[in-house]
Amino acid sequence: MLEFISQQPLLAALIVLVGLGLVFGAVLGFASVKFATEGDPITDQINALLPQTQCGQCGHPGCRPYAEAITNGEAINRCPPGGESTIAELANLLDVEILPLDAEEGAGEKPKSVAYIREDECIGCTKCIQACPMDAILGAAKHMHTVIVDECTGCDLCVEPCPVDCIDMIALPTTLQTWAWELPSDKSHIIATDVSHGEAA
Amino acid sequence: MRAVFNIPGGIHPPENKVQSTATAIRSAGIPELLVFPLSQHIGAPAKPIVEVGNKVLKGQMIAEANGFVSVPVHASTSGEVVAIGGHVLPHPSGMSGPCISIKADGKDQWIEHKGVPDYEALDRPALLDIIRNAGIAGMGGAGFPSAVKLNPRPDQPIKTLIINGTECEPYITADDMLMRERAEQILEGVKVLRHILTPTETVIGIEDNKAEALAIMRNAAKGTGIEIVDFPTKYPSGGEKQLITIITGKEVPKGKLPADIGVVVQNLGTATAIYRAVVHGEPLISRITTVTGKAVEQQQNFETLLGSPISHLLTLSKWRQDVAIRLVMGGPMMGFALEDVSIPVVKTTNCILVPNAEELPEPAPEQACIRCGMCAEACPASLLPQQLFWFSQGKELEKLQQHNLADCIECGCCSYVCPSNIPLVQYYRASKAAIRTHDQDLIKSDQSKARFEARQERLEREAEAKEAKRQARAEAAKKAKASAATKPGETTSTTDKDAIIQAAIARTKAKKSEPSTDPVQAAIERAQAKRSGAPTAEETPEAKLVKIEGRLKKAQEKYQQAIEQGSDKLDAFSAGITKLEQQLELAKAAVPDTSEQQVEASTNTDSATDAIARAQAQRAGGAAKDTPEQAITKLKKRLGAAKDKLATAENEDNANIEAFRASVSTLQAKLQKAEQQLTNDNVS
Repeated sequence: MLEFISQQPLLAALIVLVGLGLVFGAVLGFASVKFATEGDPITDQINALLPQTQCGQCGHPGCRPYAEAITNGEAINRCPPGGESTIAELANLLDVEILPLDAEEGAGEKPKSVAYIREDECIGCTKCIQACPMDAILGAAKHMHTVIVDECTGCDLCVEPCPVDCIDMIALPTTLQTWAWELPSDKSHIIATDVSHGEAA
Repeated sequence: MRAVFNIPGGIHPPENKVQSTATAIRSAGIPELLVFPLSQHIGAPAKPIVEVGNKVLKGQMIAEANGFVSVPVHASTSGEVVAIGGHVLPHPSGMSGPCISIKADGKDQWIEHKGVPDYEALDRPALLDIIRNAGIAGMGGAGFPSAVKLNPRPDQPIKTLIINGTECEPYITADDMLMRERAEQILEGVKVLRHILTPTETVIGIEDNKAEALAIMRNAAKGTGIEIVDFPTKYPSGGEKQLITIITGKEVPKGKLPADIGVVVQNLGTATAIYRAVVHGEPLISRITTVTGKAVEQQQNFETLLGSPISHLLTLSKWRQDVAIRLVMGGPMMGFALEDVSIPVVKTTNCILVPNAEELPEPAPEQACIRCGMCAEACPASLLPQQLFWFSQGKELEKLQQHNLADCIECGCCSYVCPSNIPLVQYYRASKAAIRTHDQDLIKSDQSKARFEARQERLEREAEAKEAKRQARAEAAKKAKASAATKPGETTSTTDKDAIIQAAIARTKAKKSEPSTDPVQAAIERAQAKRSGAPTAEETPEAKLVKIEGRLKKAQEKYQQAIEQGSDKLDAFSAGITKLEQQLELAKAAVPDTSEQQVEASTNTDSATDAIARAQAQRAGGAAKDTPEQAITKLKKRLGAAKDKLATAENEDNANIEAFRASVSTLQAKLQKAEQQLTNDNVS
């Protein structure tokens, strides 16, 4: 053995290195099979940040497809229900620049709302029930339908299919439970000597 | 002397307490209208148990506790319930909430009540029941239901009971006056608390700026085993966690309750209320409220019935509306501004501050943070206010949580010392709310996700079931075919059947594809529908007769036309007429004479049959390809008949007049079309 090494140092080194490579390759190969991650962890993380309204305003049929699209390089600013805070969180997760919300005209951030069916006008066509991604509309054919407010995400998807236009999106009112202090709005940061000049520096 | 400990931070704002301690506590009397918010405590709002129009007595329960963390509400004087509904609440939002309004009758008549002077015979649950039913919630500020706080888990033995007489916020003197005038009641209440909690030590903590109250309390507490401890005045020593540190030197760990380290803190006022509830059986219906500030002439403390509107207290203390720049409920550090003087005094209202412009000026404009660090020095919770401010501006909720925003007690020390006049506490309050909303959104989005996924799964399952069914059907059909092929004897019949079915399908399809293009068919159907009741399967002889007569007439006309036009089909026409005449003879023979009159009498049936006959005739004609001229003449004739019918109908006021009119107009339209066609044909 020693003799072989001393006589053929080059060959010996080559054999040892190749051997090591094979061993470690086998270990790594085994590990990659044994400890493989199921699914796509990044997609899951992105999906967890999305608001899960399944509204399709991003152009994808639901939040998970959009998460997958983001994983494949789509812009992070297509989600109006999530708004700025979701964009900031996504930017933070993916370490990319924060972008302004990219939405169609008038489809920007809206106050949280829920669908409301004017029950007198409902003809019981079940079209909204089929459209609702949350199964949040209750009713049967030719019977009045109604929205389960707690489950409604305000995605708007039921409004369009309604043949008698009896669905309204109603903004959730502020109650004593949801009322909150607002951030101070006066952001002028004027310095005291500017007060007399009447203008901020 | 007991050693006291120091707390980090804190400030020494002007105390302004002497103004309201010059005179004794005065009863505020009974206002005309009292308003009782259903939520005067932390937890679920109480449930009303009275109705509008009910007469209530003083001390009567008007709303019951709704759940474990909730307390009932009692009427503070006798009178009549005049409204149950929205009223402006003592809340920083200035929003309305459910309240019970009672119009006082002035009699102030008590409901029957009985105390338990020998409360030591009662066990803890019984006493807690009394305290809960008396509607007692923490009177220091937060309003946490006392019965809940006095019921620590069995694995949390209470070592120290602390009675909070600190009253560290400027201006407020309600507890100070209570100690000066009702030391006995306080100590009796503390004894009840001691009996409930069985602590190893009981301490009343009082700041050293209340010398008179301290002396009275010390004197009254002699021989009771209750220790009176004074400590240097500093805001906010009266915060629950701060006071625990001062008295015991221990800190309540993050996210834990004082009971977790064996301490329970109760306010002086709460102790008094507990005494009145247990020993005298009186529920919590009144409290001491300080009315102070330079915009009132008489700054003093009132024994106020809960539910009294603030305007009542302001009138009693002669407030000067012209100089008052705002109304503050609570003290200048942690209170909030009120927009309405009809807001009632509630269980937590310790002070109404009515400052003038010089006393509490509008805050100066906010300037940039210069990172001086004074806020960090002043913070009693050892937080980093400037960092929190920074993250609040950037809405970095995660960073805020990492910097322990949740431990902020919103005492206002940082805002007080800030040389740039930054309203730091408002930033923290907004950020706390943002974190809460964000957490709720996360819960909701998880819920939505689960629901959406469940729906997707369901839809998939349904689609699969449908597909499976379809395949099963296809298989069955295949099998049936295969079995039919193996039995040659039945082949013909099957093929026959198949052919029939195919034909039927084809017919239906044809019908479906052009339902409106065959007006004849439609007319037949309409007519048959009209003839409901009349036998459909076999035409009656009368009907047949009428039909043949109609056809004969038409044939004769056609013949005439043909003669006029010199048609080459004259022979055919004459043959047709002869045939029809024969048929008519036969039909006439078949009809009994009596029925002839019936035919004419039953116009409805006849018209229907007529229509069928005409329609069928037209179809027959259509099949034979009428020349356009013939068609026009026919139409003209039909139009004439229809018009006649319409006239008759109008004379008789027939119910079907609309239908007649419609048919006339359709016929006119058809006629025009036909004429058009003719002209076109002639031109070409």
